[in-house]
Amino acid sequence: MKSHSRKNIMNFKTVGVVGVGNIGSGVLASLVLHGIRAVAVDVSEKSLETARAGILQTVRLAPVLRKDAPKLTRNEVLERIAFTTRLEEVSTCEFIIENVTEDWAVKKPIYERLDRIASAGVCFGANTSCISITRIGSATSRPDKVIGIHFMNPVHMMPTVEVIRGQHTSAETLATLNRLLAQLKKEAIVVNDLPGFVSNRISHLFMNEAAFVFQDGLATAAQIDAIFKKCFGHKMGPLETADLIGLDTVVSSLDVLYDSFKDSKFRCCPLLRKMVEAGHCGRKSGRGFHVY
Amino acid sequence: MNDSKNVKDIVRNFINNSINIDALGDDEDLFETGLINSLFAVQLMTFVERKFGVEIGGDDLHIDNFKSVSATAAFVVRKSSGQVA
Repeated sequence: MKSHSRKNIMNFKTVGVVGVGNIGSGVLASLVLHGIRAVAVDVSEKSLETARAGILQTVRLAPVLRKDAPKLTRNEVLERIAFTTRLEEVSTCEFIIENVTEDWAVKKPIYERLDRIASAGVCFGANTSCISITRIGSATSRPDKVIGIHFMNPVHMMPTVEVIRGQHTSAETLATLNRLLAQLKKEAIVVNDLPGFVSNRISHLFMNEAAFVFQDGLATAAQIDAIFKKCFGHKMGPLETADLIGLDTVVSSLDVLYDSFKDSKFRCCPLLRKMVEAGHCGRKSGRGFHVY
Repeated sequence: MNDSKNVKDIVRNFINNSINIDALGDDEDLFETGLINSLFAVQLMTFVERKFGVEIGGDDLHIDNFKSVSATAAFVVRKSSGQVA
């Protein structure tokens, strides 16, 4: 019992990050900025290279935006992150954060493998947009150690995360995650589990309806966003938010919400799907509702 | 050579095109007025490095260097002429 309590106050030293897209890279930058080492896993060297460049830029410029951010050299950053295509390399990590594509067919086998690779006591943080945490837990033999962490973009700048407790998530797992978040200087808003949770269930209705409004020719993209920013006081409008998230991800999330609730309010705007098919996926592809 | 007027025009254009605002004052504080967010700040700094071939080094990492069109342009001119901020 004594050693157990001591373990609970120990800081995390190495965290595994599986999937290094937008959010995964942001999580890695945040870990490094708070002195935590990481193992970064993705399927291709190309994705890892893109992530490496993005993380270096984010960490290098972080002190401009946050006075408390350390000034790290390129070598200090690279020394703290092991980039790999081998999932097995997360075996020594004390906590694993998964950020792969929002597709159950992709996520499920990863959790099955992680369950075999990671030590029995290691918790998994699922950084999913809409897939239920209970469902993710069911792919493992440790559903009590699976918890949802919905990081906001840009991860190192946003002080609050939405944390989702699955049906079987234990209080101990929540406490473990809270320790990690405290190290990252973040606060959790803990909610219960249904697809989309609180944030995405509501925000995707905004984004989808904004796409319908644009499709109907009611207003330009700039006008729609301006109404949210100038009239509602939001920092960003729904269409620029969709561009930032990636329209492909928004479509996938809407599909998950539609399938989960079988409620027509989540039917994806046809224009959104068409834009994705045209390769106009938002900020990351240089064009979405806005041009970048 | 990056002259002040030219740099200012390029920076102003970049910001205008990115955030869709009509009349951006050269001395308007982009952060205080909430005109740009932290994501765009990183884009602006990345743009400045690529476009003008300057490097934002450890000693340049102050928000004051990028807080307005004028400040950003002055930073570029200073760096281009070899003076460190």
